[in-house]
Amino acid sequence: MFNTVIEVILGLLLLFLAYKAIDSKELIKSVMYLSAVSMLSVVGFALMQAPDVAVTEAVIGSGMVTALFVFTLLSRKGVKR
Amino acid sequence: MKKFLALLAVIALGVGIIKTLDNNVSFPKYGEAVIESRVSNFYIKKNVTEENSEVLFGGSDYETGSANFVTSIVANYRSFDTLGEVTVLFISAFGVALLLGSKEQKRLELNFKPNFMLQVGSRALFAIIVMVGLYISIHGHLTPGGGFPGGTIIAASVLLLYLSNDKFRTNIRGFRFMQSITGALYVIIGLVGLFVSGFFLENFLGTGIVGNLFSAGIIPIVYIIIGLKVGSDFSIIIDSFLTKEVSK
Amino acid sequence: MIQIASILLVMLGLYGILTNRNIIKIIISLNIFEVGLNLFIVSLAYVEGGIDPILTSHSASSTLSFVDPLPHALVLTAIVIGVGTTALGLAFAKKIYAKYGTYELDEMGVE
Repeated sequence: MFNTVIEVILGLLLLFLAYKAIDSKELIKSVMYLSAVSMLSVVGFALMQAPDVAVTEAVIGSGMVTALFVFTLLSRKGVKR
Repeated sequence: MKKFLALLAVIALGVGIIKTLDNNVSFPKYGEAVIESRVSNFYIKKNVTEENSEVLFGGSDYETGSANFVTSIVANYRSFDTLGEVTVLFISAFGVALLLGSKEQKRLELNFKPNFMLQVGSRALFAIIVMVGLYISIHGHLTPGGGFPGGTIIAASVLLLYLSNDKFRTNIRGFRFMQSITGALYVIIGLVGLFVSGFFLENFLGTGIVGNLFSAGIIPIVYIIIGLKVGSDFSIIIDSFLTKEVSK
Repeated sequence: MIQIASILLVMLGLYGILTNRNIIKIIISLNIFEVGLNLFIVSLAYVEGGIDPILTSHSASSTLSFVDPLPHALVLTAIVIGVGTTALGLAFAKKIYAKYGTYELDEMGVE
């Protein structure tokens, strides 16, 4: 019963943040919402008893993908850094 | 108009997938997967050729000796797919360095200067992060993780050094050398397996006791090689993103 | 319930790829698509009441009920390949910005 409640809350939160990620006006906000979706999916992997996948997605989703997006957005001209 | 057509196509795909899920012909219901009728039954019992054996923690003389079942699939039973993935990472780092790199480059300049505490503290953290990465990579057959997150943690320590110092650039030639050497070592280990026992990438060292550090044949060696390769790959990608051309 | 959420994530990501006009947003939608797909593949491996597939001194025999370890191995490969694809796409986006000065697809004229 407790498991089902957590799964429903996780699913709704994932969908809401993903919708905000693809439909937002500024680019830096979309990148932060993508990072949040990655972190919530790690919780989903841990709920389904998959520790290998959870550790890999946590390190890669927060360390590499977010850093690459921020470095691409930093090299725009005329942007306050 | 275009948005309406896209919405229609996406809803058709979703309805198709959910109807196939409800049919219970190709996928079982959520949480009711029967392991005995799948291939994974042979991987868990560690006995691809015979039937009905049991694997104990602390026993010896099985087909693979690693306590982590996912590691024994990635590095022993399906090791050819890992070779393909290592190739894809190599091509991706090669493509990024080809697009964004050249010989004379300066560091990309940002507007903020990192302060004193960041510069000193990151030097202490760098050694700890590299040690954590090597620990996760070596103990791949006993704890969850393995070579891929271990290598990424090593690359994250290089990222920390880049962020904390304004004029820092690594020795990119050293990383390129390590990437090529470890990639070649993986194929050489496979060829040694071919010469020793007739199959490519065969586990030719003996499997020890399940649960020890020195067990499971060549699996820890393969994971150390993969960890170093993934770490140097991602470091090359990070370095290519943070440089810019010298303006003429 | 996580299966339904992951399929909806796949649909959201596909809708984002089809309708966005900004290159960075297209790559972000591709990443959301891949997160949903990985969640779906891992959810095919779940056994009710199963434990995680590692032999320890507490769960010492292989006759207990584990979850299926084969989709975990496939998803491990898929995550790392997704990062490789994203890195190459962002390198292209950086070069496009250096030449045309914008990220929108409609404003890149023919030079």
